Amino acid sequence: MNAVTSQVPSDGIREGTAEGILFWGLSGGERTVKHHKPVSDRKDISGCAIAGILSESGRRFGGETITRAIRNMHDRSNGLGGGFAAYGIYPDHADRYALHVMYDGPEAVRAGEAFIRLHCEIHDDEPIPIRPLEKIRSRPNLHRYFVSVLDQALARHYELTEDDIIVHMVMRINAVIDGTFVFSSGRNMGVFKGVGFPEDIAEFFRLEEYEAYLWTAHGRFPTNTTGWWGGAHPFGLLDWSVVHNGEISSYGINRRYLMNAGYPCSLQTDTEVITYLFDLLVRKHRLPLEAACMALAPPFWSQIERMPEEQRKTARAIRIVYGGALLNGPFSVLAARSDGMIGFNDRIKLRPMVAARKDDMLYIASEEAAIRTVCSDPETLWHAEGGVPIVGRLRPKEKDVA
Amino acid sequence: MRKWLVEPDFLVERDPDRCIQCQVCVRQCANDVHEYDPDEELVTSDSSTCVGCHRCATLCPTGAVAIRRAPLEFRPHGNWTAETLRNIYKQAETGGMLLSGMGSDRRMGVTWDRMLLNASQVTNPSIDPLREPMELLTHLGRKPERVEFREGAPGGLATRLEPQLELQLPVMFSAMSYGSISYSASLALARAARETGTFANSGEGGLHEDFRRFAGNMIVQVASGRFGVDVDYLNNCAALEIKIGQGAKPGIGGHLPGEKVDAAISATRMIPRGTDALSPAPHHDIYSIEDLRQLIFALKEATAYTKPVAVKIAAVHNVSAIASGSVRAGADIVVIDGYRGGTGAAPTMIRDNVGIPIEFALAAVDSRLREEGIRHQASLVAAGGIRSSADVVKAVALGADAVYIGTAALVAMGCHLCQKCYTGKCNWGIATQDPYLTKRLNPNIATRRLVNLLRAWALEIKEMMGGMGINAIESLRGNREHLRGVGLTDRELGILRIKAAGE
Amino acid sequence: MKRIIAHEEHCIGCRLCEIHCLVQHSKSKKIVKAFRTERDRIVPGVKVEESGYVSFALQCRHCDEAPCIEACMTGAMHRDETTGAVLCDVDRCVGCWMCIMVCPVGAVARGADRQVVSKCDLCIGEDVPACVANCPNEAIVLEDEDE
Repeated sequence: MNAVTSQVPSDGIREGTAEGILFWGLSGGERTVKHHKPVSDRKDISGCAIAGILSESGRRFGGETITRAIRNMHDRSNGLGGGFAAYGIYPDHADRYALHVMYDGPEAVRAGEAFIRLHCEIHDDEPIPIRPLEKIRSRPNLHRYFVSVLDQALARHYELTEDDIIVHMVMRINAVIDGTFVFSSGRNMGVFKGVGFPEDIAEFFRLEEYEAYLWTAHGRFPTNTTGWWGGAHPFGLLDWSVVHNGEISSYGINRRYLMNAGYPCSLQTDTEVITYLFDLLVRKHRLPLEAACMALAPPFWSQIERMPEEQRKTARAIRIVYGGALLNGPFSVLAARSDGMIGFNDRIKLRPMVAARKDDMLYIASEEAAIRTVCSDPETLWHAEGGVPIVGRLRPKEKDVA
Repeated sequence: MRKWLVEPDFLVERDPDRCIQCQVCVRQCANDVHEYDPDEELVTSDSSTCVGCHRCATLCPTGAVAIRRAPLEFRPHGNWTAETLRNIYKQAETGGMLLSGMGSDRRMGVTWDRMLLNASQVTNPSIDPLREPMELLTHLGRKPERVEFREGAPGGLATRLEPQLELQLPVMFSAMSYGSISYSASLALARAARETGTFANSGEGGLHEDFRRFAGNMIVQVASGRFGVDVDYLNNCAALEIKIGQGAKPGIGGHLPGEKVDAAISATRMIPRGTDALSPAPHHDIYSIEDLRQLIFALKEATAYTKPVAVKIAAVHNVSAIASGSVRAGADIVVIDGYRGGTGAAPTMIRDNVGIPIEFALAAVDSRLREEGIRHQASLVAAGGIRSSADVVKAVALGADAVYIGTAALVAMGCHLCQKCYTGKCNWGIATQDPYLTKRLNPNIATRRLVNLLRAWALEIKEMMGGMGINAIESLRGNREHLRGVGLTDRELGILRIKAAGE
Repeated sequence: MKRIIAHEEHCIGCRLCEIHCLVQHSKSKKIVKAFRTERDRIVPGVKVEESGYVSFALQCRHCDEAPCIEACMTGAMHRDETTGAVLCDVDRCVGCWMCIMVCPVGAVARGADRQVVSKCDLCIGEDVPACVANCPNEAIVLEDEDE
């Protein structure tokens, strides 16, 4: 499991476009790679377990709680991927972008850092603290940087915001720079993930030492195994992080829709596509959250017909305009952002999702047992309805910024 | 003068043990193949004029008639095929252009047959269309890139959508002009479109008065001849289509022989009786892309921007550039008609040698529009030899919003593809104006057959979608992940942007 | 009361109605055998009238007030109570042909043997009359008169 030999396929998609460069920008031929994603056409399919815990009052708590929840669902994974997202963990660097990067060697470090410095000033950086574990053998070089965008970069890309520039930089690094992968790029949050059972990944990254008001977790059961750390969930972009259980049968068109909106999808994973769709719909198109969820998991036309006039016009317009964003196929998605999390299922509810509330806490997980492990007497507990999002929001005045 | 070199195409075989001399075949053949000899009290057949339409065989109450290819065999030749020889004989005897009806019959392989679909297993359950909703509802028209909400009011939509055509399934009836087909055939297409909740295209022959009541389901064509185009025409429809070209004969205009121009056709097209209706090759007011823009907006102004305007182009080598230009010129829908597109009459050489197959054209145009970031500005409709629901699913997967069917609709009504539409002697009452022959197509039966066809295809499309784990057509549209190629070259796979089976 | 209605706009003059009427009223009921052996003995009850491209199938109208029943001197022409059809009992027919003379539509014909008459009997006993069942263009249909 240490080294993965991959061959860049010489047939298949051949395109003279951005799409092509992103797929085939790397040189062909056989090579032995450690932790670089082999550029393959095999699409990733995720089985798995998801969980999320949010304190709506912004109270921060350690990583053991979420680890207990995800450990309870051990059998939903196969040990080939586990990961967490945590919000509120870097209060001292709250307004810097926290980049988590994995490198497969010193050359990658050099190339990656040089590229970052083109766009950002690095205020602080250090290896991500880890604990040596028998179970986690092969691993990449893990480093984190607290950065801000250079004024020169802003001037150079005057049509882009700071967020846009970070997105642009991260996507370029991930697509083009060999052996480098930025797996977290938000403010005052971080993604921690790798190849292993989630509870082992939690131990590896010493998550009990962090305090966050929002934790999400994921355990993976991939059928296309790459043994590649970057393939685990959550997928993060800015402060979006998405964990997902399911297989998107509309993936082919979602990806093309995103690519033409300027999001090169290089990972062949559903989670990447879901994350970018949220970024596009919510950040760029500024759709209200509920409207974005409606675009991703819309009501049936027969339901739309029965809606009152205003609602019907809205639903119809969203469906007509955002057909390329519709997610088809079974899924449970947990999307998190600094101000909260959303959990929702596909329209015909082909994957499980259970939610519960107690005091200011919101729990969402693939199984009820996972919730009861950390909260034995919730006030309310229910199963998500197909297509209807469960929204947890941080109460504004209590948002924890150190 | 007998044309000595021209040999019969078919041989009529009559089983003497089964023939009851009822003379149904005699009465039904418009080509006078069968004759009753009262002295011998026998029905005899002269195969030389048989076109192979099967009318006699179908109606024969005892099944006594068989139609075979004429057994006059040439020595097999890989280059000088029998067909090539026959073409030269015809031209030598007549000095005329070879004419054919219907789409190209060339044996060059069909790319649809080299693409296969996906199905879900284990990781993604397939969906059962008999028990779960399966949505085929399709909207054709210009769409905005995003939707905007008003400040304050929750659910208040600020964006106004441009006019859209709403289709219950992604299949419409292609442009077949009244003139090239009979009144009954046109009526059946309009009625079936209404009953099924889709649209029929009037073709370039104008819209007969009687069909105004179907306006809500009609797409009217503005072709180079501008037949029947006046303000009433433009306002009695759901959408307008500027016909720049058609797949069967890219580069030349429509052709209706004078034999088929009777009083009703003359009134509808606004041309004299008995004259050939030859549409000019280009629109003489469209010599460049900006001229197209001018016409598109002229039509939009004339209809107060209440109807989508489509542009129909033939699939040729630079189809992507033309399509892109048309979208930027204001087209709300772009129709691409491929190499196998049908026609009532086309020069055989052009029909068989000009244009490219729809599969490649569609894939190229869809990719190009997406690359340019303008795919949402116009819907794509694919046409040209769509034969089955599987072809429809593959076309949608390649990127089409909907497809047009022409030949398939005619076949559903009884056409046997004898390819002699231009003679005006269609024995099935479809491609003719002869009152003896047009009676043969009962519009009630024809409508029923068309509705049945679409209903059957809708069921099959839903089954295939369900098998792929998809329950809304938006998720199939442009989703090339669900296609795999078999027996295609690397280049072809690359142009179609699909993977090979096994990948 | 079900009656056969002709839609002349759909009639293509093929005369399959005549052919199948003959078969239906033959002994063998098999088309090839019937035409080989019984053709001369049966006159179909339906006849296609034609002028130019206008044509339609004509058979007995089974009139509510049937002149043929009035005119029949032996009572061979009678009405079947269940279907309301006008039928001819050929055992009583003496071939006087008064019915042929008085029929307003000319639907009664001389039988093949010239002794008795021949006319449509609505294919009593069958679900659908043979002519209706075999018209390829639905030019003759069975409709409920009361509608």
